[in-house]
Amino acid sequence: MTASAVRPGEYVAPGRPLSRRHALFAGLCLCCLPTLGRAADAFTMDEVGPGIFVRKGLIADATPDNADAIANIGFLIGRTGVLVTESGGSLADGQWLRAEIAKRTTKPITHVVLSHVHPDHVFGAGAFVQDKPVFIGHAKLAEALGARGEFYRKRLVDLLGEDRTGPVVYPTLSVADTAEIDLGDRRLTVTAHGPAHTTCDLSMIESGSGLLFPADLLFVNRIPSLDGSLRGWLKEAERLKAMGATRAVPGHGPVAVDLAPALADLTGYLIALRDGTRAAIAKDVPIEKAVASVAQDQRDKWALFDTYNGRNVTVAYQELEWE
Amino acid sequence: MMTRTDRKAAPTFALALALATAALSGSVAGAARAAGASDSDQERAARWQEIAKSIFGDRRIETTDSLVKIDAPGRALDAALVPITLTMPDDGRIKAVSLIIDDNPAPYAAKFEFGPAADPAELKLRVRVNNYTDMHAVVETQDGKLYEAKQFVKASGGCSAPMGMSDEEAMKGMGDMRMKFADSQPGKPVEATLMIRHPNFSGMQMNQVTRDYTPARYIDKLTVSAGDRTVFTMTGDISIASNPVINFAFKPDGKPIRVSASDNAGGSWQHSFNPPSPTN
Repeated sequence: MTASAVRPGEYVAPGRPLSRRHALFAGLCLCCLPTLGRAADAFTMDEVGPGIFVRKGLIADATPDNADAIANIGFLIGRTGVLVTESGGSLADGQWLRAEIAKRTTKPITHVVLSHVHPDHVFGAGAFVQDKPVFIGHAKLAEALGARGEFYRKRLVDLLGEDRTGPVVYPTLSVADTAEIDLGDRRLTVTAHGPAHTTCDLSMIESGSGLLFPADLLFVNRIPSLDGSLRGWLKEAERLKAMGATRAVPGHGPVAVDLAPALADLTGYLIALRDGTRAAIAKDVPIEKAVASVAQDQRDKWALFDTYNGRNVTVAYQELEWE
Repeated sequence: MMTRTDRKAAPTFALALALATAALSGSVAGAARAAGASDSDQERAARWQEIAKSIFGDRRIETTDSLVKIDAPGRALDAALVPITLTMPDDGRIKAVSLIIDDNPAPYAAKFEFGPAADPAELKLRVRVNNYTDMHAVVETQDGKLYEAKQFVKASGGCSAPMGMSDEEAMKGMGDMRMKFADSQPGKPVEATLMIRHPNFSGMQMNQVTRDYTPARYIDKLTVSAGDRTVFTMTGDISIASNPVINFAFKPDGKPIRVSASDNAGGSWQHSFNPPSPTN
């Protein structure tokens, strides 16, 4: 072998054998299944408020069969147009949502929210480009997408194939602090949060229903995944609490929940993660042991705990060891 | 399997590879061929033969299960931060240890050369792993013989994984260091944890503003001394995780621990730490 065999692309997002198997499987399925695959057959839109529709995402990770339809996505219909609260986890997921919108209204899709950088929340946006909406994102979203967009896209292409993945869509309206979106008969207040779940989290409150859309600042049932700042997330959770909403549409979990108990569960986990990690650092418990011991008392409370807790500890440890 | 549309990547990668191979001994071009998760044991063994030859030449390497042991998670939780423990219980016989991550773009991750103040019994570091790979630790004993141990690790994308912050933010406080000392007994080696603020850019991460690749910038030399006696000198590479953390043990003589680090871009930092007096 010689150096000429080096092709950088081979190293950027290497496919795991799992991915290859899945990709093959997806290829076989494409010919005989609806756009979203088998898992989508069960999907429905729930009307969680007047003219506000939410699809519950699967409590799972992305697979070829589920088109990364794992986040709670939806839309609300205003007098002047439709705002998409979350676009979906892939082009296919976004197309499914767009078809659901068309079943319920002929109003134009004027706004699409990109709640943060994670693929399950932004790759649906490609389905709405043709509608020329305002794509709303956190002021730090563009650079986060610049850093990770293609990385995520390649991994998603490995799973779903090019056609069902779609492009990386950038925000056209950046929110650094807050913004008001007017849909004629209803308004949304959009808030840009400090580093928390990620470094580019947006939340929204809808004026008519008082519903809060915290996106992935609120996980319910599914274990929160930490990719921003643990201390920051606890701070932003306090901010959500003070926003005056009683009901919320979490990024993952049921389509709508009472905010206070859901936030209490979330912060319960984050505090267990923070305190456990701090204690491990103080006792010189190394990171490879901490991942197996921290926050274990939370294990029964969360789906996918074993998949994400160790990773959360790894992220938390790096943040807290420099305190 | 992957196709790439960004042509800019190739020279940057080549540069990273060139820097990486220049930093450690010899060419590892043979190792840079496509490495796959589905490779057979024979293919992995053949790749290791090539890498070992490029690093150690024709020197014979015996396998060992006592002189060095690698502990790494079978499946990494975070490919950009894979904790590795190297155990070398035979104090006095170990002169140096090399860590090689066979299927990383620059496989030779680190070499530690131990000095008179070292207790090499246990050494920990955090690395990036870019693919399903064999990992090799090769120790050189005082009599000049080489021994290897191996562990297979499942991870992917660790070298190209973005850091989740801007380059400027990632470089904030670059060169800051901390050292923690574990409780110790008089006359016994002291365990210490060295933390260094440094992004250790791999050269495979996208810059968020320019959308080009951030050039590789990594700690390439690190020397830790207890007074005038060397504990270890590390030669490092892009496979070391950002904000490097190294756990090691040293034989104290009451003098401060001095750390001197430099990176491949000319950065250079020195810090001194006072170990606690042994408690009786």
